[in-house]
Amino acid sequence: MSSTTKGTSANDQAHWRKTTNLMWTHLAIWFFFGYVIHFFAPALNKIVILGFPLGFYMAAQGSLIAFVVQLFLFAKQQDKIDREFGVAED
Amino acid sequence: MATQTSNDGSFLQNLGKIYGLYTGGFLAFVILLAILEQMGVPNRVLGYLFVFFTIAVYAIIGVLSRTAQVSEYYVAGRKVPAFYNGMATGADWMSAASFVGMAGTLFLLGYDGLAWVLGWTGGYVLVSVLVGPYLRKFGAYTVPDFMSFRFGGNFARFLAVVVLVCCSFTYVTAQIFGTGIIASRFLGMPFELAVFVGLAGILLCSMLGGMRAVTWTQIAQYIVLIVAYLTPIVILSTKKYGIPIPELTYGQAIADITVREQQMLKDGLATAANLKPHIQPWLTYTQLNFFAIILCMMVGTASLPHILMRYFTTPSVREARQSVAWSLFFIFLLYFSAPAYAAFSKLEVYTNIIGRNVSDIRPWMFTWGELGLIQVCGKNAASLDAIVAACKAIAGHAGVVRLQDFSINTDVIVLSTPEIAGLPYVVSGLVAAGGLAAALSTADGLLLAIANALSHDIYYKMIDPNAPTVKRLTVARILLVVVAVAAAATAATRPADILAMVGWAFSLAMAGNFPALVMGIWWKRATTPGAIAGMIGGFGIAILYLVVTRYFPGFGVSYLGMSSLTNPAGAPLVDLAKAMAAPNAMDGWVAASHPLASKVGWFGITNIAVGLIGMPVGFALIYIVSLMTKEPSAEMQAFIDEIRKPRGRTVLQEKD
Repeated sequence: MSSTTKGTSANDQAHWRKTTNLMWTHLAIWFFFGYVIHFFAPALNKIVILGFPLGFYMAAQGSLIAFVVQLFLFAKQQDKIDREFGVAED
Repeated sequence: MATQTSNDGSFLQNLGKIYGLYTGGFLAFVILLAILEQMGVPNRVLGYLFVFFTIAVYAIIGVLSRTAQVSEYYVAGRKVPAFYNGMATGADWMSAASFVGMAGTLFLLGYDGLAWVLGWTGGYVLVSVLVGPYLRKFGAYTVPDFMSFRFGGNFARFLAVVVLVCCSFTYVTAQIFGTGIIASRFLGMPFELAVFVGLAGILLCSMLGGMRAVTWTQIAQYIVLIVAYLTPIVILSTKKYGIPIPELTYGQAIADITVREQQMLKDGLATAANLKPHIQPWLTYTQLNFFAIILCMMVGTASLPHILMRYFTTPSVREARQSVAWSLFFIFLLYFSAPAYAAFSKLEVYTNIIGRNVSDIRPWMFTWGELGLIQVCGKNAASLDAIVAACKAIAGHAGVVRLQDFSINTDVIVLSTPEIAGLPYVVSGLVAAGGLAAALSTADGLLLAIANALSHDIYYKMIDPNAPTVKRLTVARILLVVVAVAAAATAATRPADILAMVGWAFSLAMAGNFPALVMGIWWKRATTPGAIAGMIGGFGIAILYLVVTRYFPGFGVSYLGMSSLTNPAGAPLVDLAKAMAAPNAMDGWVAASHPLASKVGWFGITNIAVGLIGMPVGFALIYIVSLMTKEPSAEMQAFIDEIRKPRGRTVLQEKD
């Protein structure tokens, strides 16, 4: 979703490019754990760990854990990008 | 909770100590009540003590946090640390439906119920990645503030207020309804009276201090609700499996349920038609609707103003992001435990009720049977004699409870777990206090979102931009009371669609807000006419689809080319030819029991997931109309650059 960039400094543009890439990466992870993996629930249910069929487990716990970890990671990564380009808050 | 701004510093530094003391005090209170119970104090009195003491504490916090400053009232002075804002958001988010209803839904639907667990958690990824931190940098008081600034003024603001009021009002009505149900069940109060007692609790927390008061009470409410939710199930897990981690041990329960299901089929206690194997996907929802519900709840999360505005209160953009992660962590603690409730209850029902002699029924059921929440053989399980007689009346009944003889209201699953586990009444009282905290905290957040939109966006920004601070805050408080009373009055009439309404609120927020918010931040080329077309088009088609499929289904079939939804096996839910030939086919404002109501639509999409139709329309309109109109000014584009960088002052500078 990039668009006209006139008036935007080169530094800002590079910062936004990296931010956008990070956004797509995290949306891809989100899409995988939110949807893709659950398409295979019937097949995953054949694998049973501690009584949990894996397909059921992923929807009840696995994906949720992935979302929480992903959010802490995202906060860290985005902050790193902001610092790299000198646009982070003090 | 200090009243003076000068005391805020020490208050904020000591948050850990203050809430640590509060948690300790709450646990001591629970222990005190447990001792009182042993001394023979009646259950009714314990229930009242629980409810009134917790509400009194919230009210005290609310009154201590009163404020006369606009920025304190609207965004808690933007001083709430990430960790605590996460807790407050958790309470804001988890409603009566999450606390009481979610486990019941999982009990009834098994795997398919997990659509709600996934949908109500994954949306926070979208909040953090796409929307929240940028709105924080923008520096708004309300979501319509952003729409107005980015999209050319008051018309966009007005549209955003319409979307906000439509989705938040139905939602808040459901919360006040929830407080009424919990208070009437545990205190034996008449439902209508309970609704207004709940209302008083809500107003005491929010009226004097706005966002500032709601924030500090929501944290207190989160602590109560999470302790209440986890206590019974941790004890149950320890008793049954020796490990106090129910989220780990319920795997065994699921394995046992699966074995028991086969056994029940073999013994003729259940039929393949009425038994839904707990772990098998897509037996209630079609695969399409399962994923559509997940998507709509997730995107709805990132579009609901009462959630987005919580991230306006953090001290920085960085903390806004961290705060979203903490929010989901605190929400996760409850949501990943809900399936454990469902599994333990289901195992209890399948082993100790189904297949048992009617006369052996467990006594914990009668409490709920009296209230009409558990039925055996089609009659309320109020007493042994009642159900024995009811089962005898069924021809050929062998006196053994079969799956089809048993029905349970979803709310009972969480509320009855303490009794199933044989725990003292004090634990039941704790659960009631937790459910009440969940309903009150969500209602607080929603009411504030509505009242702030009306007072800040409509009154201050559109009607009287010169209003002095005192007048603005007075108007805000009066509107808060008016909206709250209207919501309570609506709840007291017990509207029929109350649970479906929560799902609708998410879909409507998604269709109306999400495309404009995301395009406004991520696409500089998005123009005012584009956004306005997108909001009207997306929200409009969602409302149209909802109203037609629910209230005018015959019209939809005749004129809008709608067809019957299908069940997961692919068979139509209704025989359209037959239903359309019936004399009531073309009726309007039909009841939920009408043969066509909510059973027709386009592409087989249930009306709860109507956001799936509205959102693409919104995105497409913004894209096409924006390209057809003149690109935003260089000044606006520079502002968007500012929103994208955490450093620097907020774009919008509100005078205080």
